[in-house]
Amino acid sequence: MINTTPMDGASPLFKSEIVIVYAIALKMLLGDRLKYFGLIAGIAFAAMLIAQQASILVGFTKQTGAFIRDTAQADLWIMDPQVRFSQDHIPLREIMVHTVRGTPGVQWAVPLFQGFVRARMPDGTNFTLILVGLDDSSLTGAPPLMVEGALTDLRRDRAVFIDAGTSAKKLRMKNGGNRPMQVGDTFSIMDHQAYIAGSYRSRTSFFWEPVLYTTYSRALTFAAGGDRNLLSYVMVKLLPDASLEQTRALLQQRTGLAARTNEEFIQLTADYILNETGILMNFGFAILLGFAIGSLVAGQTFYNFTLDNLRHYGTLKAMGVSNRTLAGMLFLQVAVVSVLGYGIGVGMGSALGLLMSSAGLAFSMPWQIPAITALAILLVSLLASWFSLRRVFALEPAVVFKG
Amino acid sequence: MSLLSTSGTPVVSCRQLRKNFGSGENQVQALRGINLDIYPGELMMLVGPSGCGKTTLISVIAGILDASAGECQVLGENLLTLASAARTQWRGKQIGFVFQAYNLLPTLTAAENVAIPLLVQKLPRSQALKQAAEMLQRVGLAERIQALPAQLSGGQQQRVAIARALVHQPPLLVCDEPTSALDHHTGHQVMELLRRVATSANRSLIVVTHDARIFPFADRIAHIEDGLITHIAENSPALIKESLHVA
Ligand SMILES: Nc1ncnc2c1ncn2[C@@H]1O[C@H](COP(=O)(O)OP(=O)(O)OP(=O)(O)O)[C@@H](O)[C@H]1O
Ligand SMILES: [Mg+2]
Repeated sequence: MINTTPMDGASPLFKSEIVIVYAIALKMLLGDRLKYFGLIAGIAFAAMLIAQQASILVGFTKQTGAFIRDTAQADLWIMDPQVRFSQDHIPLREIMVHTVRGTPGVQWAVPLFQGFVRARMPDGTNFTLILVGLDDSSLTGAPPLMVEGALTDLRRDRAVFIDAGTSAKKLRMKNGGNRPMQVGDTFSIMDHQAYIAGSYRSRTSFFWEPVLYTTYSRALTFAAGGDRNLLSYVMVKLLPDASLEQTRALLQQRTGLAARTNEEFIQLTADYILNETGILMNFGFAILLGFAIGSLVAGQTFYNFTLDNLRHYGTLKAMGVSNRTLAGMLFLQVAVVSVLGYGIGVGMGSALGLLMSSAGLAFSMPWQIPAITALAILLVSLLASWFSLRRVFALEPAVVFKG
Repeated sequence: MSLLSTSGTPVVSCRQLRKNFGSGENQVQALRGINLDIYPGELMMLVGPSGCGKTTLISVIAGILDASAGECQVLGENLLTLASAARTQWRGKQIGFVFQAYNLLPTLTAAENVAIPLLVQKLPRSQALKQAAEMLQRVGLAERIQALPAQLSGGQQQRVAIARALVHQPPLLVCDEPTSALDHHTGHQVMELLRRVATSANRSLIVVTHDARIFPFADRIAHIEDGLITHIAENSPALIKESLHVA
């Protein structure tokens, strides 16, 4: 009575008869538009949630390295070994610039000052700013793009540059001035007069304080009355044929300081800020939560779909459809919904991200995020359909025979 | 006495068939030693109070449910030793199902629904749909081939389901309460259809029912109580013939 098994011969996927059964699976899925869109919406929501949260964390991480990326025109940063992040000002003696310059393998080396200082706007509003002092002659480390004025305007008397992107928010005069400071304004930094000679645009920084650029020597005057030993970093360019590791070792040995590449410094800063501020913990938790909620929604959606169709699967099984084919049908349905839901979800996530980042919020979606989200959705879908399959495989007479 | 009833080798032969659900204190003995023979061409009705084991019995006979003990030979196959995957395949070929709730796939047309057993038997799609259309014509639904189940009345849906159960010409049809979702008149028509179209010399029907008004359609009626067959009544051929004329 038993005829040959259906699985003999070629792979069943490529047998047209089986393909027809898969066509039934698709009809089951697409026939009920409302349920179909509900399923896709569930997966889309899950994908969006996962991608969104992860992108915000990456966005924050990127912002922590904004200053280093804006400033990086050299190969190595020389700094106190105890420096933990890019805004961590531990002063060096100025003599170090000369020690570095005299080290074999070094093409050039320039000082950089960077520190938090207090200032007062024309209307008396007090504020704290991050002052960056660039090497007077080369202006190495200058912001990448000027909006008003030219880079050389920084050499004018008492000149500083402000960030055009954030001045409206961060440089607003609240004590009667009732407008942001702008190019042409004069204000005071630690009781020294400063003149806004230009404005620039930079990467969005993690730090709230406005970043103002000036020359190195003027920064020392503003910040410390001219104390020469308030150097923050020495930026080093290597000779084209110099070995990074050899020169680095030599520099560290001669100065007793740390020498870090841009990427190392960015990593150090990101690690410190993310861990110390609790952002990593909080966002790690938010991502997990997003993942959990998303997974739950996606899994629940699929499980309900299968449950709704249990009688139909049962009927098919009663009519002789094998477990293997039923599994194939279910996976096909899950795959269609997952792919569409994933696409829509990640698409909406990126669109939302575009809105967010244009509003200045942290958001960055490198290709790894859609990839990880895809894996997560795949995992959840497989898990959910596996749970559903167990119900389908254990064909209960009650499921098909009940009225 | 029906001529068909007890002639030939039984299609179904159950001996001391038992089915228990659960274990220990919660164990339910749904079948407690069923002895039953069903012959080729016979329409056997199973009747009895709710919970007496009717659905359980046809589930075992149709190869959907494992029995706990006893013997159950169906169409020459010993179901208690047949592996699950082989049983699924056997079922697809040998059994036709008619359910109380019709169990049509709501997103497929009548023809597509009827074609499923043929597709499972690996018939090409066009051929399957053609045979499905022919079968729908035989149950009086030639006009509704492209209709979705929701566009059909209950009686029409059950006729589609009967077409689906017959399209691959299985030797045994299993029907669980095929008329109980229908009004009396429609139920009567459905039974008439089963008697006229489904019954043939080499096809047997098992029909579970509560509805005493359709008893005259049966060749024999097995009364079940508490997991046991209490007695089997036979209808005279004259009564069966008469029932087909009372609409
Ligand atoms: N999967 C199951 N698990 C536990 N008990 C079950 C299961 N299926 C059926 N039973 C029990 O077995 C007994 C027989 O059930 P069955 O469904 O065969 O009755 P039935 O005669 O078809 O009743 P009805 O007329 O209400 O459909 C009942 O007591 C029922 O509760
Ligand atoms: Mg029942």
